Amino acid sequence: MKEIMERGIGVALLVCALMAVPARAQQSAPAQPQTPTTTTAAQEGFVPVDQLPKPQDTIPAPRLVAAAYGFVWVAVLVYVWSIRRRLTTVERELQAVSRRVDSGGRSS
Amino acid sequence: MTNRTFTILAVLAAAMFLYAPFMIVAAPYESTMGLVQKIFYFHAPIGMVMFLSSFVSGIASARYLFGKRASADRAALAAAELTVLFGLIVLVTGPLWARKAWGVWWQWDARLTSALVMWLIFLAYLLLRKYGGPGSDRLAAGVAIFGAANAPFVYWSVNVWRTVHPKTTVVPTLQSGMREPFWFCFVAFVLLYVLLLAMRMGLEHRRAELETLYLETQG
Repeated sequence: MKEIMERGIGVALLVCALMAVPARAQQSAPAQPQTPTTTTAAQEGFVPVDQLPKPQDTIPAPRLVAAAYGFVWVAVLVYVWSIRRRLTTVERELQAVSRRVDSGGRSS
Repeated sequence: MTNRTFTILAVLAAAMFLYAPFMIVAAPYESTMGLVQKIFYFHAPIGMVMFLSSFVSGIASARYLFGKRASADRAALAAAELTVLFGLIVLVTGPLWARKAWGVWWQWDARLTSALVMWLIFLAYLLLRKYGGPGSDRLAAGVAIFGAANAPFVYWSVNVWRTVHPKTTVVPTLQSGMREPFWFCFVAFVLLYVLLLAMRMGLEHRRAELETLYLETQG
């Protein structure tokens, strides 16, 4: 019972933390966080151009793009690794139980 | 899915993901956002796969609730986990794009907030399955159906409510040069989704075998 309560508290803290991250991000955003500072970002359709527009601020786009693409692959690889790890655990348990069944034993 | 089919699809997906960066680099810059708009080629297809995954989980959950098929429950659980994974990627890559395009990491507008709520619904599904105890599978199935029903509202939110997020008209009106890498990445991510779903369902299948074996040993 105590363990379940501790888990419940842990889950509640996790959910609070997840909700707090975007809220904190908005609070720490630059001037006038309630409205976007740039209103020229395309919404209706994307217009292609040959050259990069002249830089208007100091926010580093290459770093943001690299972080986005990097995060995608880190998330996917961590997920694949977690499946492999869980599968290995299940296979090990399957072998152990199979051996018990083959030897005619009963688990307690 | 047979091992042979899985291997072929895995090789195909790997080849597509190796080629995708070349297409994305060759794609023209967007006139107002410049380089940062290139996040779109992963962000939007992953968002579409997240919607697809929520539908798979919702439909499989309905089949489990009304048809009592154990295989449907396994598919629902696998798809819900992938909805959370792809949702997390969307919720991280989106703010990275927004920081440059809008000047802020996050806006509590209709699209972003509804996407976060949808992600939390599927996270709740997983927490229910893990900590809910006996009978939580049926309760979680109801949550998944609710999550899947929420997906169309998330998709249409940009058209119905005032929001800073690009509208749904962006993808159908993509011009040549942008259209090809976008759909190429979409197909690659659908392939990746199918592979991950097969892997995750395989894990649940082995767990079901283990449970059956345990019951046998209990007599």
